[in-house]
Order: sequence, then C-alpha cells, then structure tokens
Amino acid sequence: MIPQPRIGVVMYPGSNDDHDALWALAALDAEAVPVWHDEPELPELDAVVLPGGFSYGDYLRCGAIARFSPATAAVRDFAEAGGLVLGICNGFQVLCEAGLLPGVLLRNESLRFVCRDVRLTVERDDLPFTERCIRGQRLVLPVKHGDGRWFAPPELVAELEANRQVVLRYAEPCNGSVADVAGVCNGRGNVMGLMPHPEHAVDPLLGSADGALILAALVDAARDRTILSI
Amino acid sequence: MRAIVLVRPKEGILDPQGAAVESALGHLGFAVSGARVGKVVDLEVDAADEAEARTQVEQMCERLLANPLIESYEIELHG
Repeated sequence: MIPQPRIGVVMYPGSNDDHDALWALAALDAEAVPVWHDEPELPELDAVVLPGGFSYGDYLRCGAIARFSPATAAVRDFAEAGGLVLGICNGFQVLCEAGLLPGVLLRNESLRFVCRDVRLTVERDDLPFTERCIRGQRLVLPVKHGDGRWFAPPELVAELEANRQVVLRYAEPCNGSVADVAGVCNGRGNVMGLMPHPEHAVDPLLGSADGALILAALVDAARDRTILSI
Repeated sequence: MRAIVLVRPKEGILDPQGAAVESALGHLGFAVSGARVGKVVDLEVDAADEAEARTQVEQMCERLLANPLIESYEIELHG
C-alpha cells in the first residue's frame, strides 16, 4: 500500500485559506493535518504549508507578527532540518518576514486589491514543488492580494537570478513585482513561497486545475520522504 | 521614557501610497512633490537612561518595527 504523506497546514489567527489548503491536500491524497499557531512543536510531518489569509490582521507589515508565533519557530527548525515548506500568499509573506525566503512583499503598485486568474511562467521544474511542471510552461492560477508586490534590492535580485531561485514569474502585469517574480525558493530548494493560490485551483470545476501540479508535486515529494523514513 | 519611532520607506523604494497622496494634494491645488507615506509608533520604554532606551528601541526597530530591506527608521526620545 502506498503510504499517505502527512502535510501540516498552520492556522494563524486571521488565516482564511487554511481549510482550502487542507481540502486540496486531502483531495490530492495526502493526510492533511491542521497545526494551531501556538503549538511550539510540530507533530510528525512530511511537509508544511503556510496558508493564505491575513494573519494577525496584517498589522505593522503583512507576516510581521506571525513570524513570532511558536508554530513559526517550529516551522523554521523543520525547514532548517531540510523539511519541505510551502508558503502561499500570506504564508509567503510570513516566510519572507521570517527570513526563510528572500525579499519582501509590498502594497500592490496599483494600490488595488487584485483578485483574478493570472498567467504564470514556470522557471524551475526541478524542485519538490514543481517536478510535475515543465520549465517554460504556462500556468493559470488565481491571485487575491493587496500586498503582493515582491521586492528585493538589485544586488539581491541578481544573486537570486544567478542561483535560479525565481521559481514562478507573472506572464502578464499583476502587482508591480520586481522582475515579475510570483514565487521564489531558498538556496537549498526546500522552502518555496508564491502569491498565487494553487489550493484554489485543483479541480477544473474551479476554472483551472493547474494548482494541482504544484500541490501534487509537494505530495509526491512528501510521500518519498515518508517512504525513506519507513 | 517616551519614544517616538518614525518608520519610512527607504529612498528609491516605490511608494504608491505617497504617489497617491501627492496626486490628491495636487487635485486640492497644492503644489507638492516627493510625498512619501510612513508610520509612527509611540512607545513608553522602561529604561534607566536615554542611552539604554535608545539601545532598546533600536533593537525593536531592527527586529520588528521596521524591515531593513525596505524601511529606514528614526528614534526620538523624550525624558
């Protein structure tokens, strides 16, 4: 029997895509495990997802307060030990504020909340999050954010481009992100964040199933880790 | 000791809020340029003297109140 990988979804006060993430992971045959934000230790997990929403009301800066949650500290230890971590939207903002991913997310250039499907280009197909994609492939995923403009200073952008840490780019104007960055990974490739929402696009009935390519790749990679640990 | 922390978008960082404020002031007939929008944090700091208070508030800025990638900060202390 193929083992079901256990993937945690951290629930912060103000997270609102946590249940969609749990549902999508379960639909893709993972055991989706809710993790409450004040848990100082993670249960036995093969991967962690930080979901979208408005943790702690986005006070001060989006993701700035969630970074101090006990669960975030546990996620940091998990990531530093090589664990797979995916941050979606607010989860991406939290990972940037926590220093687990490079850059920061700022108010959209238009000052408008963007809520629509966008086209994206896959830049990396060799990560645990993108192995079901092909480099150069176009994906269609929904975005819904007011603070999605990824920014890093030019020297950091050059370094990230040289290290191939840009994973997804917008293929159309979206929020004013530097270098059209929609998703990045850390140097080691075990932590990724993206502003678009794969968990809202795992069934064609919802307009696109392209999100399943990313989440199912994560489920595959998490399953490989389960098998290795048995 | 009372501390006032001014957090500003760093020079060169695109500040669409500042641009929107500048444009709205223009509509009101004010000739302004270079508008930038930041934030103010007022604090009451428990510290023995001004030097200690400043050290504490600087740490607060570095660790939480400002993101050094995009923001600069200034600290004012009042006895």
